[in-house]
Amino acid sequence: MSATLFLQQIINGISLGSLYALIAIGYTMVYGILRLINFAHGDLLMVAAYAAIYEISLFSLPWFFAFPLAIIATGAVGILLDRVAYRPLRQAPRISLLISAIGASFLMENLALVLIGGVPKPFPRPHFFSRVIEVGNLHILVLTIYSPVITLLLVMGLLYIVFKTRAGKAMRAASLDFEATRLMGINLDRIIALTFLLGSSLAAAGGIMWAMKYPQINPFMGVLPGLKAFIAAVIGGIGNIVGAVLGGFLLGLCEILIVALLPNLAEYRDAFAFLILIGVLLFRPTGIMGEPLT
Amino acid sequence: MSDKFKSRLNVASLFLLFGLLFLFNRYGSGYQIRILNNIGVFITLAVSYNLINGVCGLLHLGPNGFIAIGAYTSALLSMTPAEKQLNFILGQVIWPLSVIHVPFVVSLIAAGIAAAFFAFLISFPVLRVRGDYLAIVTLGFGEVVRVLCNAGERVTNGPLGLKGLYPHTNLWWSWGVATLAVVVIQRLIDSNYGLAMKAIREDEDAARAMGVNPFRSLMLAFLISAFFSGIAGGLLAHLITTISPALFTFFLTFNLLIMIVVGGLGSTTGAIIGAVLFSWGGEALRIVEQPMEIGSFTIPGIPGMRMVIFSLVLMLVILFASKGIMGRNELSWDYLESKFARFRGTKTPQ
Repeated sequence: MSATLFLQQIINGISLGSLYALIAIGYTMVYGILRLINFAHGDLLMVAAYAAIYEISLFSLPWFFAFPLAIIATGAVGILLDRVAYRPLRQAPRISLLISAIGASFLMENLALVLIGGVPKPFPRPHFFSRVIEVGNLHILVLTIYSPVITLLLVMGLLYIVFKTRAGKAMRAASLDFEATRLMGINLDRIIALTFLLGSSLAAAGGIMWAMKYPQINPFMGVLPGLKAFIAAVIGGIGNIVGAVLGGFLLGLCEILIVALLPNLAEYRDAFAFLILIGVLLFRPTGIMGEPLT
Repeated sequence: MSDKFKSRLNVASLFLLFGLLFLFNRYGSGYQIRILNNIGVFITLAVSYNLINGVCGLLHLGPNGFIAIGAYTSALLSMTPAEKQLNFILGQVIWPLSVIHVPFVVSLIAAGIAAAFFAFLISFPVLRVRGDYLAIVTLGFGEVVRVLCNAGERVTNGPLGLKGLYPHTNLWWSWGVATLAVVVIQRLIDSNYGLAMKAIREDEDAARAMGVNPFRSLMLAFLISAFFSGIAGGLLAHLITTISPALFTFFLTFNLLIMIVVGGLGSTTGAIIGAVLFSWGGEALRIVEQPMEIGSFTIPGIPGMRMVIFSLVLMLVILFASKGIMGRNELSWDYLESKFARFRGTKTPQ
């Protein structure tokens, strides 16, 4: 493989990885506090993409209004999801919570299928993101460069909230000891809602960029990216935000490079992430950044 | 109630069941027989799935993988070489499969064994983890099986799938296997192994302290569950006569999950009730997807509405009635007697 092509693939890998990273943060934050895999998290990508499409096509909003609005709307859906599907089950056995999450995921997908239809819709890619830069022999879509940059900016914002604000302190406390945090007089339901808001908004940003990258959207578009982002969160060490980001980039790079280096295996691309997951769980269940499980 | 009397009641109710099946087989319409076949296969699937999710308390999300393995194994073994040649247009099927042709019953047993073998292989990574991790690893297994079925063109014929299987599955097969599965799995649950599984579900550390080896008990449950899922997969293949990877998505697992949750997690009776309700209710709900005429109004059918209803049912049950229909009770003769006694206002001697 030529050096140019290799560089091109590295850039693609980083770009894909940045999207996994954005989605993985939501998984890892919710897992950190509720110890729950939010199966419906991936479907928030779909919600964001459809919200953006409808704002652009129905209200003809320019993209720089439509995208943030879609992100806010998805954040609200995330809070609603917690309120309806998870909050009533705080005291219930773990298996009930997981089943509720799976039910919520299927409900969102099939509701979208009934209301919108299964025909893939083309996603409008704004001119701002669709220019192509040429560097030497390299042709790079500007979106490919923007998405890691946007991801890093969002992650820095998130880290500021989590580590420098009172709400963030409460969040970290809740993930350390749920009951003790409640005893300190912290309103946990509000902190959990904030967690869902932040995680869902980041997933929405990821979803919109995903939709621009693969501009055919359908009600099931969030399932596979969601699963892979979860795997990225496990690779990085679940519960750890920086780990989730690292895991996302790592998974994206691995996936692209394996397909690029061994093209015969391209068909198995989607199975590959799960094999990595099994490997991580077998040999280092706490991931790269995770603390040892006690 | 004496044991002798109970076993006589058991035999009598089996006769009643198979007598009813005989009547349906002879006088029922093709549609009724088809639904009954579906119910039989789904009873096997739900009861064996409940063994893992309800009795052992592990959220296993990969039965679709085992069903797929069983379906493909059974189909590939029972097809004649000529039929295989017709199916595989892209490339010939690999050697041993291209000449093998065995009777249906052998193919079913092979399906069960193949599924159990894969269960054995994946049980090492899977049973090392618990809770959400186990859920996602088994989910991944189901996906990997589907991807492999899609990609392994020389074995599974890729996305085209296998068509024109002989419809071997009749009421005797589907309900015979269902009865066998219920008897075997219920006996297992009532045995010491079953007690160990329930102990692990309630408190794994305590069970370990009492000398239970969680890995061994869970492995046993996993293998038996996979064995029956594989056989049911073979039955399913020869019931619908066409299989393709698209049939064995996570969606299938989701349906099984609804059945056992609605029936009551941990109850074999509940799993049976769930399977019957789902297979029958699923057919009955088809009306919401067809145009309806009320007087002079026509309400257009909404495709996909059934799945919305199913997901809502699942969520409502788990949120507001998490015990499901049966809770963890079984519909046994003793249970019936005590209910009946309460109905009459007398107490039963225990």
